[in-house]
Amino acid sequence: MAAAFSSHLPALQVVLALLAAPLCVVLRRPGAAWMIATVITWALLAIAMVLLGRVLETGTITYALGSWPAPWGIEYRIDLANAFVLVLVTLIGSVVMPYARASIPAEIEEPRIYLFYCMYLLNLAGLLGIAITGDVFNLFVFLEISSLSSYVMISLSRDRRALVAAYRYLIMGTIGATFYIIGVGMMYQVTGTLNMVDLATLIPNLTDNRTVMVALAFLCVGLSLKLALFPLHLWLPNAYAYAPSAVSAFLASTGTKVAVYALARILFTVFGGSVLIDDFGLQELLVVLAVAAMIGGSAVAIYQSNVKRLLAYSSIAQIGYMILGLSMASVIGMTAGLVHLFNHALMKGGLFMVMGCVFFRLSSVQVEDMEGLAKRMPLTMAAFVAGGFGLIGMPLTAGFISKWHLIQAALEKGWWGAVAVILVSSLLAVIYIWRVVEAAYFKPPPKGAAEISEAPLSMLVPMWVMIGMSYYFGIDATLTLDITTGAAETLLGGIQ
Amino acid sequence: MELIGLINYWIVIVLMMTGFYIVIAHDNLVKKIVGLNIFQVSVFVFYITMAKVKGGTAPILAEGITTYSNPLPHVLILTAIVVGVATTALGLALVVRIRDAYGTIEDNDFENQDGEP
Repeated sequence: MAAAFSSHLPALQVVLALLAAPLCVVLRRPGAAWMIATVITWALLAIAMVLLGRVLETGTITYALGSWPAPWGIEYRIDLANAFVLVLVTLIGSVVMPYARASIPAEIEEPRIYLFYCMYLLNLAGLLGIAITGDVFNLFVFLEISSLSSYVMISLSRDRRALVAAYRYLIMGTIGATFYIIGVGMMYQVTGTLNMVDLATLIPNLTDNRTVMVALAFLCVGLSLKLALFPLHLWLPNAYAYAPSAVSAFLASTGTKVAVYALARILFTVFGGSVLIDDFGLQELLVVLAVAAMIGGSAVAIYQSNVKRLLAYSSIAQIGYMILGLSMASVIGMTAGLVHLFNHALMKGGLFMVMGCVFFRLSSVQVEDMEGLAKRMPLTMAAFVAGGFGLIGMPLTAGFISKWHLIQAALEKGWWGAVAVILVSSLLAVIYIWRVVEAAYFKPPPKGAAEISEAPLSMLVPMWVMIGMSYYFGIDATLTLDITTGAAETLLGGIQ
Repeated sequence: MELIGLINYWIVIVLMMTGFYIVIAHDNLVKKIVGLNIFQVSVFVFYITMAKVKGGTAPILAEGITTYSNPLPHVLILTAIVVGVATTALGLALVVRIRDAYGTIEDNDFENQDGEP
């Protein structure tokens, strides 16, 4: 019994969340729905950890869904790269859920709360499904499960601007997903298979086939829309700014990250990575877009008066770092990209949780409303400063680890321009973080400001756990670096 | 001759571009959803077309059937149709909520009402 259970862990990783989602709708009570979502997320974290441990011990795990053998059936294939993403997604969920208990009722109307937990669980199932699957069409289905539930989660906010943001995200997200299936269709047309491992044996030899190249273009554009690569990021700022804070915290640290993983999977596993190195222009294109995102995102962030929007633009810049690392197609570059994926998830998740605490007491996240806030909410604002240091990339923070490796990777390639851009983008981060810090610490509170106290403990603790982890992995990065190096070597297997 | 043989693909391209153009060019939120649907339908036609085998029939086990169309893309597209229906339903539901909140479904009017640039 136990052995049978243990061998089905890969399926349970997705199915548990999928089954728990309708349960929330049946129960309807916000407390019960929250309880289910939290317990399931923690169980999924445990499963993800067990799977990661097993991959580290024995290597890649394959699981034939419904016992249909690959390449005919859908195969779940877990190597270091996806085990790492599974742990990341469930870890963020596990910290955000306790926080959501107090934060969500403040930002979503009472009768809709159970729907949030239902959508959250579907979103989790979708994200985990994208990470775990070894089938390109199955990936599309999970991509849409996660996207559709994100649109709903964003639109649940009390702010009416969230509705428009969710609608625009829906339009752009659907175009992205449709581009992705066009690409999958073209690959199927040429190869007759949808299994990633099977494709990986066929596609790299077909790179002079025009259909395959057009498929690559469609896949890249489609996934770039989902991961908000500049200039396809237009849906992101408003979606994150007006969504409930717990949703922003969860989506900002998982949604785009999983899409980055999917792009890496397509480029490196399915296409063997050779398309990047070949004299084909894709590498240059990705580097240019990543650099534009790093500078553009950070520069626009400086001018935002809504701090959640500021953080959203900063996310666009940080996605640029990940894509830059990925496009280097070297082990150290890929490691830097993947470790930044993890570190940024912790930092940005923590910072959005800070803004949730601010909104909880202040009912606003505008910079001018936050003047003098540090005296009234010292713990919350200290967390903002701590998280901000991470975004800038100060030593001892997780952000430093990823930027350090990214710079090393750029030096290895001799890309001096990229090094300069990383530094400039970090300096711009100093400016936008400073604007908030200045308002909160060095300005007097506005006259007649309402007396407010610190956010409740049930929000402060998860927030500090998230920020604390970003410091833990900044001080002792051996664990994350070991795993991401292994993951990078797995992904780059086609090249070496 | 080749032009006629590939007529399905030409239709796919025309539909795809029509739908895409509507999504980009129209400000009316419902029209955008209609455009999105046309765009998605073109992909459905694309998958069904590539599954077709000349002279092939339905893939059933019966006497005298030797050539049959590839069933897999049909199944895939059934899934994609379901996804498309869900997207359309959600999109239209959002349009209803937007109309309740703003009293309009013309894009570009929202920022003015919210007092943003």
